[in-house]
Formats: sequence, C-alpha cells, structure tokens
Amino acid sequence: MRPAQFISRLALTLGLSLGITSLGAPQPPARAAESQAASPTLAAVRSRGVLNCGVSGSVAGFSLPDSKGVMQGLDAEGCRAIAAAVLGDATKVKFVPLTTENRFTALQSGEIDVLVRETTWTLQRESSLGLLFGVVNFYDGTGFLVKKSSGVTSARDLDGATICVEPGTSTELAIADYFRANNMKYTPVEIQDVEELRRAFLSGRCDVYSTDASALAAFRYIQGEHAGDYVLLPELISKEPLAPVVRKGDDKWFDIVRWVSFIQITAEELGISSHNVDSFLTSQSPDIRRMLGVEGDLGKSLGLDNKWAYNVIKQVGNTAEVWDRTMGQLGLQRGLNNLWNHGGLLYAPPLR
Amino acid sequence: MGRRQLIAWGWQILVCAGAAALAFLFIHDAEENLATRHIATGFHFLTQTAPIPIGETPIAYTPSVSTYGRAFLIGVLNTLKVAIPGCVVATLWGTLVGLARLSRITLLARLAAAYVQGLRNIPLLLQLFFWYGLAQVLPPPRQAFRLLPGVFLSNRGLVVPVLEGAGTLLVALLVLAAARLAAARLVPVNQRGARGAALRWGPGLVLALLALFALHPSFHLEAPQLRGFNFQGGMVLSPEYVALFTGLVLYTASYVAEIVRGGLLAIPRGQWEAGRALGFSEGEVLRLVILPQTLRIVIPPMISQYLNLVKNSSLAVAIGYQDLASITETILNQTGQAIEAIALMMAVYLGISLSVSFALNLFDARLKRERG
Amino acid sequence: MAPAPSRPARPLASARERRAWLISASVTALLVLLIAWVAWRFLAWAVWHAVWSVPAGPDGAPNTDACRAALGEGACWAVIGEKYRFILFGFYPYAEQWRPALVVLLFIGLFAASLFRRFWHPSLFVVWAGALVFSAALMWGGFAGLPFVPADQWGGLPITLFLATVGLALAFPLAILAALARASRGLPLLKGLSILYIELIRGVPLISLLFMASVMLPLFLPPGIEIAKLLRAQIAFILFAGAYLAEVVRAGLAALPKGQYEAASALGLSYWQSMRHVILPQALRHTVPMLVNTFVGFFKDTSLVLVIGIYDVMTTARTAILEPRWQGFGIEVYLFLAVIYFAFCYSMAGASRRLESRSATPLAATEEPA
Repeated sequence: MRPAQFISRLALTLGLSLGITSLGAPQPPARAAESQAASPTLAAVRSRGVLNCGVSGSVAGFSLPDSKGVMQGLDAEGCRAIAAAVLGDATKVKFVPLTTENRFTALQSGEIDVLVRETTWTLQRESSLGLLFGVVNFYDGTGFLVKKSSGVTSARDLDGATICVEPGTSTELAIADYFRANNMKYTPVEIQDVEELRRAFLSGRCDVYSTDASALAAFRYIQGEHAGDYVLLPELISKEPLAPVVRKGDDKWFDIVRWVSFIQITAEELGISSHNVDSFLTSQSPDIRRMLGVEGDLGKSLGLDNKWAYNVIKQVGNTAEVWDRTMGQLGLQRGLNNLWNHGGLLYAPPLR
Repeated sequence: MGRRQLIAWGWQILVCAGAAALAFLFIHDAEENLATRHIATGFHFLTQTAPIPIGETPIAYTPSVSTYGRAFLIGVLNTLKVAIPGCVVATLWGTLVGLARLSRITLLARLAAAYVQGLRNIPLLLQLFFWYGLAQVLPPPRQAFRLLPGVFLSNRGLVVPVLEGAGTLLVALLVLAAARLAAARLVPVNQRGARGAALRWGPGLVLALLALFALHPSFHLEAPQLRGFNFQGGMVLSPEYVALFTGLVLYTASYVAEIVRGGLLAIPRGQWEAGRALGFSEGEVLRLVILPQTLRIVIPPMISQYLNLVKNSSLAVAIGYQDLASITETILNQTGQAIEAIALMMAVYLGISLSVSFALNLFDARLKRERG
Repeated sequence: MAPAPSRPARPLASARERRAWLISASVTALLVLLIAWVAWRFLAWAVWHAVWSVPAGPDGAPNTDACRAALGEGACWAVIGEKYRFILFGFYPYAEQWRPALVVLLFIGLFAASLFRRFWHPSLFVVWAGALVFSAALMWGGFAGLPFVPADQWGGLPITLFLATVGLALAFPLAILAALARASRGLPLLKGLSILYIELIRGVPLISLLFMASVMLPLFLPPGIEIAKLLRAQIAFILFAGAYLAEVVRAGLAALPKGQYEAASALGLSYWQSMRHVILPQALRHTVPMLVNTFVGFFKDTSLVLVIGIYDVMTTARTAILEPRWQGFGIEVYLFLAVIYFAFCYSMAGASRRLESRSATPLAATEEPA
C-alpha cells in the first residue's frame, strides 16, 4: 500500500543514517587482562596520537579553560605530562570535561585513558569500582583562613575562635574532631549560603573561615588587592588525597601514569627544571644520565621512548614549576604538597 | 480491496515488529551492560535510606533515615509547590500584560509589547540564571528589603507571614469553590439570571468567610521577626525557589499575554460597540460581554501553557532548587539506577500532562455540547 | 441589566472622553517617570560608572581590582572584552577561530535569506545542504592547509546553531511521517505508534530526554558501541523536535479543505503523488509561521544542553565566569548572552509575524515546545 511504502522508505533512510553515525563512533580499547608486556591503553593512545584525559573543566586551580580556551590547572598539567611522556608532545591531549557522576563510567567504558579530576583516593573506590589510583597530585583537606591582623600563624593558636563554616559538610565534622583532639574550644557560625558565609567572615562576624584549602585559596585570591590581608594557615585537618585514576587490568599503563608523576618529583628534588634541563644532558651523575635517557633503557622498560622523562621536564616542568603556574597563582602555600625534605609528602622511589 | 488492505496490514506489522525488535535489543543490551557494571535493577532502592540532604522539605525528611521513595515524593511536592502557584500568578500577570497591550494608552501598550518580545526571545534558562544571580546580590537579612509589612526580601530568600489555621481556611474555600462549580453545573445553562447571581454572590461569600476566620481566635498572622542572624517565624521561601518562581511566572506570562490578546482580538469589534451602545462602561463590556466569550477561545492554549510551565519547572535543576528533576538526578547518581529513576520521573510528568489533557478534552466536549 | 437609553448621548460621550483622556495622560506621565528612572539607573550602571577595560597585572594577567571596586555601582564590561572569544567559540584553537566565525556569519546570512518569501525555491534546500556540509568541513579542516580540529573542540555559538539547524532539518521528515501516520485512516497500528511517540515526547520535559540521552542511552547500546555525547544530545533533539513539528504539520493537514484531497484522488494521483504534489506543499506553506515559531523555541531550548555538560554558548558563558579573577561578574556576561539570543530569536520571530500577516494563522494558535 502506498502510504505505508512511503513511510517505511523514510523510516529506513532515517534508521540507516543513524546507524552509520554510530558505526563512526570511537571503539573503546579492549580490556586485556592477559597482557604483561604490551599495554592496550598505550597502544590505543599511540595509534590515536592523542591522550584522552578526563578533567572537571570547571574548578579553578585544577582545570579551567582560560580566556583563549586553553585548559589550565594542576590536573590539566598532569594530563600534559602523561602526553609528553607517551607521545613526546604535551599538547597532544584531548580534555574531556566530566561531572562527578559520569567520571568513573567514562573511565570504565574506555572513553578516557586516564582520569585526572580532583578525585579523592579511597579504599571503596579502589576495591569495588575496578580503579587504580596513581601518585597523589594534590593533598587537599580542611583548612583555615584568618585575617592577617589577628596575628595567628598556626591552627594551634585558634583556641576560643569563632569559625564560619557551611553546615552539613565534612568540614564541620573535621573541625569538631580537631578541636576536641587538641583540647581547644570554638564557636561555630553555620550559614548555608556560601556567599553569605564569606560575607560574614569578611565583615568580622567570624575570626576564621574554614572549608577545603583549595577553595579557601581561591577565595583569598579573588579579594584582589586585599588578598594580602588574609592568611591561609599551613595546617590541613582532614585528608583529601587527590590522585589520577586508571582502569584496573592494564598494569603497564598504570606504571607509566605513576612514574610520570615520580619523574616530576625527582626533577624538583634534583633541581632540574624546564629551563635548565638541557644543561643536565651533559651531567656526569649516572642517576641523571639514566633519567634523561642519555644512557640506559629506563624509558624502554616502560614501553616508552628513552627521552620520555626529558620530554616531561622540558615541556611541562617539575612539580615546583607546575605548582607555581597553577595553585601558586591562587596564593596557595605548598604545605603537604611540598617535597618530603621540605616538610611535605612528595617522595619518589629511586630511578633505577 | 482485500489485497490492498492485506498489504497495508503487512507494512504496519512489519514496522511494529521492527519497533518491537529494537526495544527487545535495547532491553537485552541494557541487561548485559547493567550486569557488567554491577548496577542493581528494580525499584527496591525506593525503600532504602537516602543519604541525600534536601533543603526544602514540605514533609518531614531526615537524610540517611528517610527513604529514596520519600525523597522522590518531596521532589514531586516541590515541583507542585512551584508549579501550581506559578500557574495562578502567571495567569493574573499575563492577563494584565495582555490587556495592557490592547490599551489605548500608547506608551502602556508599547511597554507591554516590549515586555512580551523581550521575555519570549530569551531562553528561560538564561532568565533563571539572571534572577538567581540577582537573588544572591540581595542584602543580608539585617538590611532586608521590607516589601510589605511582614514580607522581607534578603539573600536568604523571601520571608512571608504565615496564616495560622490557613489549612482550614483553604479547605473551606475549596468547599466553596466546589459548591459553586456544582451549582453552575446543576443550574441549566440557559437560566442566565441564576448564573449571574452565583457569580455576584461568590466574592461576597468569600469575604464573609474571610471575616469569620479573621475573628476566630485560632486564626492569626504569624509575622517573621529578625532575631540574631536570620528571621524567625513566618515562612521562608529559599532564593532558589524565589528565582525559579519569578522566572517561570514572568516568562509564562509573556505567552499568556499573547493568548489573552489573541482571544480578545478574536471577538468582533461589533461586540464592543454593541455593549457600549447598551450604555455599559468599558469595564462592564469587558467583564460581561467580552471575557465570557474570550474564555472559551483561550482555555485550550492556556492549559497548554500551564503544562509548559510544569515541564519548564524542571529547569530548577540548573539553579539548585530541588524539584522532581533535580532529586531524580541526585537519586540516579547515588544509586546508579538511571533507567528506573528516569522512567519514574517521566511517568510523573506524563501523568500530569495526560490527566490535564484528558480534563481539557472533557471540557472541550462539554463546550461543544453546550453550543450545539 | 437594561441601561437608561433616554439620556442624551453627546455630553455623556464627551464626559467619558474627558475621563479617558485624564486617565491616559496620568498613566503615561507615570510610565514616563518610571521609564526615565529605570533608564537613568541602568545607564549609570552600564555606562557612566562602568569599567570598560582593566590593566594587565605584573604577571601579564588582567588585574580586575578596578572592576571589583565598582561592583554593584558600575558594570564590568572588561569581562566581555576578555572572554567574548571563549564564549563564542569555546575550546576551538584560538588562532583558528576565524573559521567558526565564518560559519556563524554564513548561518546568519542563510537564516536571513530563508525568511524572505522571494527566496523560497527548491534550490534553497540545496543551498542549505551545501552550507551545512561546507560549515562542517570548514570546522573540521584538514584540507587546504587548514589544521584538523576534532569535533570535541568545537564549542560556543556554532554548537548552538548546529544543534538547532541540524535538529530541525532531520526532525522534519520524522515529523511529516508521524503527522501522516496520525492523520491516516486504515492504518491503526501506525497511527497508534505515532500517537504514542508524539504524546510521550510532548508529555515530558526536554531535560528528561536529555538525561536519557546522557545516561540512559549508553546503557541501551551493545557493549563496545559508543556514540559521542554531542550526537546523543542531537538525537534527543531530533526526537523532541519531531513530536512538536508533527503536531504543527498535522494542524496544517487538518486546515486543508477536504476538496483538495478529493481533487487529488479524482485526478487519479496515488497517495504518495497527491501528498508530494498537492497536499504537503499547501499544508506546509500554511504552517510556515508556526514552523518558524517552533524553530525559535528550539533555538532557545538548545541552551538546556548545559545540564548534560555540552559546551554550547550558554555553557561556555557559564564556564567563562568560573575563573576566580572574574567571579562575580555574571550579570554582565548574562546580558551579553541575552543580546545574542535576542538578536537571533527576535529577528526570526519578527519574520514569522511578517509571514503570518499574509497568511491567516493566528499567533495564539502556535505552540512552542517546552
């Protein structure tokens, strides 16, 4: 019958056109558990020529596009470092902005190769979601912001303080625990609305404003010329270790992601930066020669080019340089995010 | 003839079989995907406790104690809480704007036209962001704007007095409205006099009822008072609610205004002239001659605008008012049960839409019967 | 209810006129005062106290202290100067942004041309198809020395335009199909299917369809097959637009006099021939103003993709003001965005009114999607 014919013909065309588009969509790399030598993710990244890296794209200091649409921040630099090591070019990154909800699904389904999106490393996530966490790139935690004029320099001096805090957050619980543990007293001012809470702090209603340290830093930063009137105390009283995440089952890829971080830490420890790395190529130190690929096959053992570490340092820089470009811009002190021999937690195993 | 019909049926069955096959394929894939991702299925999660905090709860709710089912119900109630008053206010405001567009005062008409054009041509989402942004730069409670006695606007939202015993009054008014409707149905339509009388008594009765309640001791106004950092007493409408409500009302009113204008313009000019010739004032012609006729024309498109308002209220998700869509999203993130959560949400919206459409069809049929 | 007809008509009329004049004059005066006050306040904020540009700080980044000082009293237009390219073109490589700019101009030109009756010619479809292909090719690049830019780096206004235009173009055949099936006699199964589709889609908010496309659709696909998020959103838009357009088309079909159908079949035309040559051309011509209005609705609705994280012009604008330096200047960015949307929607709606004044479809009868 005619109308049916007409309708079915159109339906067929529509169906076909949709079908073709789905065929054109990218296929995730097969999850190969049996591979000891080769990494399927590495192979996929190499053949694609681009690293698919999951970020938030909406948090200042971690990953946020600048006015030219270039992703900036600690997480963005983490993606670039991996790309520099794997592909020899830090710009070969496709940033995939993800929400807190779809970030793990994106990783599990193969849409991204690595997730660098201020994700807290917890036991549950590692044990039941099939994920592996790399080297912590940011030790966040509950912090304290005070007025410089108060003369307070340590959280230990906060006995008797009035503290502005958002109700119902982990911050609230962390403060209660901290003050009880240190046998100190405080008066909380709990306001739901963040803007209002901040206004209360600025107006002097509270002595202290407390929330995640990175948020405190950003808040201090937007005070512009008055930023210097506020001090972020060095103590962080709760643990929020943020780390890059990969899928379980591709150990080679996990090694690469982990050792790229260690390279940047080691470089800072040895004083090697993007500016002076070329002068180290002629160094006599066997450690440095191995690291920069002048001798030995460290890169090859990871399945990478021997120049991998050189590329990371030259194109992205060491941990200190990355910090200065990102969190440093927000006025954040390094605290726990400093080298182990500077009172921080950054510690890299030997490159041998 | 027989052969043609056979072919037609053949095609139909083929298309339907195709649709069914596609659905079967989807279900099969979904089962497989859910299994590999360890996502539970079924509606069991509705009875589990929900750890999600909810800001505005019309019924009692405690995070980690109450269930997902209750959280979902709060979503439905919050949607209704913004949609029902929204429809009422949008109708009133839209009608005013529509009348203003037809005003002989040129400036007023122009202004109304500018309002309609301005709001219709900017996405509602953007308008909501604008209102929400504005709500955040309002002064703190201590410097709150006093709009009316007892009504304060600050960055904590809108605080309004609460009528103690308002529930009883509402029930009484509803009973009155039902009686009025029943009377209108029972009295034969051609007895205009009786109908007119009911129309005239209506407001008087309502006033009498209000007076009765005002004198009753259990009925009093609880006005908010500034104590410490915030207002105590009264009812607090969050900034999110106020922004969503304002945005929805102003936006929908721009459509209502056009419907009202269209409805009025559809009445031939002769009706106005006839009314005036009878010595009625402008207002009387409008009330007694034009509006009753207009009503019949505008009711179907108005209903469709009400449904739009209900559907548009789902944009609450973007400014953090916890309506049905917003709570559904939270639930699906917590449980991972996207299919069930979304299906449940769609079922509620669909239920509202279909029942209103059904009522509209009944109304239409009745109008046709009355005319015929 | 009977008035007193015996009164002399003349004085009554003039008294009424006098009263009307008095009311009119006082309302006008009041409005003038109101408008003047609002305009004065707005100009003070937007012009006199506004900060138009900010100096660069010692690190080369803009120093927004001047804006912060003026917060509340004067607008900070510097945020637009700093961010407009990101808002308009998103992550598209900065040096290559002339390409999306050209695409936007092309779209504007075609929109403008399509709204004039004198350009209505079958070749317009060919021009549109060509323009879409050309735009996509220009955006992708990879030829004639243009660097290749993958689709996930597209953003801003071109995404908004693509979503709306491609959505409409592909929804249209679907809508005609659904409308014909719904209006058909003797095809009860197809009719039922079409009613199910139309009422289901029209009964739920667009956001729920976008949620579906974002989180539910991937679950329904065979493992290993994945569709890019932008494409999934586009599919949701096509289904959504299809249902609303189907009702517009159905209204157009219903408005045609029965004689047209009878005449077509009397000429011995088959169903398909009569639809193609007689019924659809007339029905669609009638509904053009309604179609344009529906399109304006879709254009506005594309902004909802913000909810699922697609970088259309609304999302880029929201992202632009997340940078700590520029936080707090949302109103300026929203105004900028409002001007863009208004320019597109108002000109299309205006053209629709112009077309409508020639045909006879009242505006109140048109329905916009929600």
